[in-house]
Amino acid sequence: MTHNIARKSGESRYSWGGDEHLVVQFAEAMSLEVNFTAMAVSKILSEERIPGIVDICPANASLLIRFDPDVVPPAEVEAAVRAAEDKVAGSPSRSVETRIFEVPVWYDDPFTNETGARFRDRHQRPEGNDLEFAAVENDLDSVQAFIDAHSGSPWITSMVGFVAGLPFLFQMVPQERQLELPKYLRPRTDTPALTVGHGGCFACIYSVRGAGGYQMFGVTPVPIFDPEQRLADFSDFMIFFRPGDIVKFRAIDQDEYEAIRAEVEAGTYRYRQRPVTFDLDRFLADPDGYNTELLEALYAS
Amino acid sequence: MPVEILEPGLASSIQDRGRPGYYNVGIPPSGAADLRAAAAANLLVGNTPDAAVIESPYMGPVLRFDEPTVVAVTGASMPVMLNGAPAPQWESFAVAAGDQLTFGFLQAGARIYIAVAGGFDVPVVLGSRSTYALGGFGGFEGRNLKKGDVVPIGRSNGVPGKVVPEALRPSYSRDVELRVVLGLYDYRLTDAGRSCLLESEWSLTPVADRTGFRYSGPVLEWEERVQPFGAGSDPSNIVDAGYPVGSIQVPGGVEPIILHRDAVSGGGYAMVASVISADLNLVAQCSPGTRTRFIAVTLDEALRARADSASWELKVRQALDEAA
Repeated sequence: MTHNIARKSGESRYSWGGDEHLVVQFAEAMSLEVNFTAMAVSKILSEERIPGIVDICPANASLLIRFDPDVVPPAEVEAAVRAAEDKVAGSPSRSVETRIFEVPVWYDDPFTNETGARFRDRHQRPEGNDLEFAAVENDLDSVQAFIDAHSGSPWITSMVGFVAGLPFLFQMVPQERQLELPKYLRPRTDTPALTVGHGGCFACIYSVRGAGGYQMFGVTPVPIFDPEQRLADFSDFMIFFRPGDIVKFRAIDQDEYEAIRAEVEAGTYRYRQRPVTFDLDRFLADPDGYNTELLEALYAS
Repeated sequence: MPVEILEPGLASSIQDRGRPGYYNVGIPPSGAADLRAAAAANLLVGNTPDAAVIESPYMGPVLRFDEPTVVAVTGASMPVMLNGAPAPQWESFAVAAGDQLTFGFLQAGARIYIAVAGGFDVPVVLGSRSTYALGGFGGFEGRNLKKGDVVPIGRSNGVPGKVVPEALRPSYSRDVELRVVLGLYDYRLTDAGRSCLLESEWSLTPVADRTGFRYSGPVLEWEERVQPFGAGSDPSNIVDAGYPVGSIQVPGGVEPIILHRDAVSGGGYAMVASVISADLNLVAQCSPGTRTRFIAVTLDEALRARADSASWELKVRQALDEAA
């Protein structure tokens, strides 16, 4: 049996994805600390601008490097990543300049409910919808209690990908309060654009219509991917989310959903957003107190 | 100068060599699914290998040319007709203003590539003319071609009668072996599960497109474990990670999926191996029902296969130069 896992470096597992990719698994479980490692190693590698390294993709608890082996030998890629990992382990960067913004969500909407019903044969629970399943699985009394938990505290963007501009969001609460759910048994072939989904401990927002395996809770009226770059918040790049962004969901009803859609159509919608410094150690010391500070920064006039 | 799409075929799209550098925000490399066939088509009409071509799976389009140019068709084996008369594959030929190019039924392989001298001149988005239909940008208006589209072409002096020699043309079979590098999350499979992946015959399902190719076959067995925090409860779930292009994931242990050039860039299903870059072109020429075996190779073997693939393109180039 050919096994290509070279060796272990501390907890990390290095492995080749064919002849063009290196995958580094920093840990099997998700945590904010391991996500910081992925971000920090990526930042070092990006700054080194190594010819032949095509893509540096930080993920939740891992890192994917895409390289051109005609330009850079795989062993050199591996050596560069190991050196970056050692550097991060030696002097961990524990704070990051980022921003916080609000994403309005119409929970329990007809679009995701219809799609959920259509793919029920791929779901764990034949009866009800994904929100009802989510409430039961998380020992919450009602769908409303689940929505309150989902929209009550901020989330941090731990990875951007799957499809163009799709954020993976990690809830900024102690682990015992994090919402956790299995993905669909088999992926759907369809998901409405701008669906707010959940799989494992991660929320996501589907940037485009397409396949997906996450539970579906609602839709946001706000674009997160705009190839035509119509809105002012997209003037620099067609993708809004960046790793490290902090997000606050806010529950809205159908009327507000339609009002915001009208602003988006008119090209006048602006995100409510503020720059913030996220300090991992201060957060870990007092999550609720720190979140209150973040939300005060977001909603300060 | 344009070409009019009288019939689009099933899912024809404009592709070049792809759009590297944006995978970290989920934008896949895209580009011709069979890069070798696309490169050969371009070389035949005097283009550089990175010019934009039309890729058509399973069924050819109907095209009308508004002015004289030179055309070549490569890839899947499919009869080519110019104004109803047979035209060659793997050979450049001249078309006149008003000429119509049509295609017969697919005989072998899955995707044809149509190159014109000067290339299809659609806007460059993020460094590439390739269509990324899921994201709605690139190619012709960010989508697959439709009836009535008028696609501009560039100017260049193509030469008709250039031929890729028979000996260099690929032959496409309904029985294929794909070389894979094991690894990634394959430690999550039991020994029996890993053996089953390599020792079974897999059949390509109809779910086979630029995003991924799904195979039917036996169920793979996973190691029992308490799932790590954040991964979800199914044994095939992992904390969402980046997906290499060519990686093979096995959601629920059934129906392995090979991600292709419009890959989703990450997700929460364990990947257990990756098809080597040289064989991704072969995957692109598989149609549903193709019987498939996965053959484990080392990274060094994958790199040698890559070099062999590059030398094929060089031989095609030399053959075309010698004929000049």
